[in-house]
Amino acid sequence: MFVMTILACISYVPDTAAKIGVTADGSGLELGGAKYILNPYDEFAIEEALLQRERHGGRVVALTVGSDAAKEILRTALAMGADSAVIIPATGLDSFGVAANIAAYAKAIDASLVLLGRQSIDHDSFQMASTVGALLGVPSISVVSKLEIESDRVRAERDIEGGKEVLEATLPLVVSVQKGINNPRYPKLPEIMKAKSKPIESVEPVAVSPRAAMVRYQVPQLKRANKILGDSDADIAEFVRLLHEEAKVI
Amino acid sequence: MSTIAVFIERRSGAIKRAALEAITAARSHAQRVIALEIGSNEADVLADYGVDEVVSITHALLERYSSQAVAEAIAQWAKSRQVATLFFGATAMGKELAPRVAVLLEAAYVPDCVELTTSERHLEAVRPLYAGKVRATVRPLTERAVYSLRPNMFTARPAEQPSTPERSTFTPTLSQEQCRVVVTDVIRNEGKLDVLEADIVVSGGRGMKGPEHFVLIEELAAVLGGAVGASRAVVDAGWRPHSEQVGQTGKTVSPNLYLACGISGAVQHLAGMSSSKVIAAINKDKDAPIFKVADYGIVGDVFEVIPKLIERIRALKQSSVS
Repeated sequence: MFVMTILACISYVPDTAAKIGVTADGSGLELGGAKYILNPYDEFAIEEALLQRERHGGRVVALTVGSDAAKEILRTALAMGADSAVIIPATGLDSFGVAANIAAYAKAIDASLVLLGRQSIDHDSFQMASTVGALLGVPSISVVSKLEIESDRVRAERDIEGGKEVLEATLPLVVSVQKGINNPRYPKLPEIMKAKSKPIESVEPVAVSPRAAMVRYQVPQLKRANKILGDSDADIAEFVRLLHEEAKVI
Repeated sequence: MSTIAVFIERRSGAIKRAALEAITAARSHAQRVIALEIGSNEADVLADYGVDEVVSITHALLERYSSQAVAEAIAQWAKSRQVATLFFGATAMGKELAPRVAVLLEAAYVPDCVELTTSERHLEAVRPLYAGKVRATVRPLTERAVYSLRPNMFTARPAEQPSTPERSTFTPTLSQEQCRVVVTDVIRNEGKLDVLEADIVVSGGRGMKGPEHFVLIEELAAVLGGAVGASRAVVDAGWRPHSEQVGQTGKTVSPNLYLACGISGAVQHLAGMSSSKVIAAINKDKDAPIFKVADYGIVGDVFEVIPKLIERIRALKQSSVS
C-alpha cells in the first residue's frame, strides 16, 4: 500500500522584533542577542502536514537545515505531532545550498509531499518551493491557501494579486503554504515534555557551491520628511497640500 | 551584460506594469533587451518600451498556464540563445517562476531587487532583508543569473524612440511530465483594487474601532483611487479579509502613497510597507511608532479627521478636473 511521506521543512529565524545591525565595515550582520523562533509561516506547514496525515495516513518528517540550536523548533514540531525530526547541521549556506540539502533529503526518503512556509522572515525571498521543486524535477505551488489531496491528485488555491488561482497537480509535489490555510495547534504540556526526549536524527549535509554572495550590507537611511501636524482644519488643509504639491502623490 | 531577456507577464491579455519596469531597468544595463512572451501577442507596447526583439514561446502544452512547463520552456530558450541574464517582475507569478528557471539554468537567483548596479562586470542587486531592517548587495557567483525586481521600485518609462523589434518564435520540447501542475481557474476579487497593484493604499487598524467604521477607509480610498488595506489586528479580529492585510503575515507593498489610519505601526506592520515611496499617517497617539517612519502625519482622531480629509481631497480633485 502507498504510504504518504510528508516532509515539513522548517527554519529557525530571528524574531521580527529583533534588532539587526551591520558591522562597521559593512561586511557582515550583527545578530547578537536576537531571539530565534520557529519561522511563523512554517507553523502552517507543520499543521498542514499533520492534517494531511490525519486524512490520508502516512508519516510526517520535520526537517531543518541549520545550527544545533535549531533543534528547538524540531522539538516544537515533534510536540505538535510530527513522527520524526531530522537536522542537517549546516550553516552559512546560501538559499540554493539550503534548497539543495532539502531536495537531497526529500529524495532520500522518497517524500510525496514537501511542505514549507511561503517565506522565511529573514530573507523573505519566497523561492524555496520553486527551487526545491525544480531540483527534484517535480512541480511546485507557492503561497497556497487551500490544499486538497485525493489519492495522487491535488487541487490547490494560491493567492495572487487581486484574487486566487485554482491549480491541479499530481504528487509528488512541493507546496509553500500561506496564512489562512489552517490554524496551527498549540502542543499541550505532556506532548512538549515527551518531545524533549525524542531522538533527533542528524544527516550529513551535501556540499554544493554557492551561487550568490551577499557582498555588502547597509542599514537603510530613513529619508522621511517627518512633518507631523495637528488636527485643526488648517493642519488638514496643509496635509492635503503637502501630499499634492510637495510629495505629488495625490 | 550585453543581453538581458525580460519575461513578459500578462493578465487577461494586458502586460503587467512590473514587466515594463523590468524592461526599463534592463535597457540601462544591456545593449540588447529581449522580451519573452508566452504565445504570440501584439508587440506595440513592447516597441514603445524600446525592446530589440520579441520572442514568442509557443507549444500546445503551454495553452494552460503551468509554472513547471513555462520555466522549462524559458530555460531551453535561454540555453539555445546563450542568454545569461534574465529579469522577472517579483509578482506572484514571477516569484514562483524565476527560481525554477534559475535552477534549470544552474544560475544564481537574485530575488526582490530594489536597485541594480554594475560592478566589476557583475550585475549586482540591492535587496531588503529582515523585513527591510537591512539591505544587502548580492553578487551572482555563476555565469548566468536570474533576477526578480520588486514592483514599483523601478520606473516604467517608454523609450525616447519606439523600436522596431525583431520577431522570432521558439518551440520548446515539452512532455506531459513537465506539465504536472496547471492553473485551471482564476478567481478575481471583483471590483476591488488589490493592495499589491494600487498606487495608493489606505489602511485601517484597530483605531477604527469596529468593522462598520471601515466605510470611512473605503470612501477615502475611493476618492484617492486607491486600495483598502488592513493591519493584522483587524484581520485577525475578522473585520477585514486576509487579502487586504499588509505586514509580515500579509502582503508587502510599495505604493506611491501609503496612508495608515488608526495603525500604531508595530514592527510586523512596518515590515510590509516601509518601502512605500511616501508614508502618511493619522493617529491620535503622537508617540505611535508609525509617525517615526512617516513623511506626513496628523495627530488626531480618525473619526474627525478622515471625513474632513475626504472633503478636502474631493474638492482638490474637482478643482484639478475643471
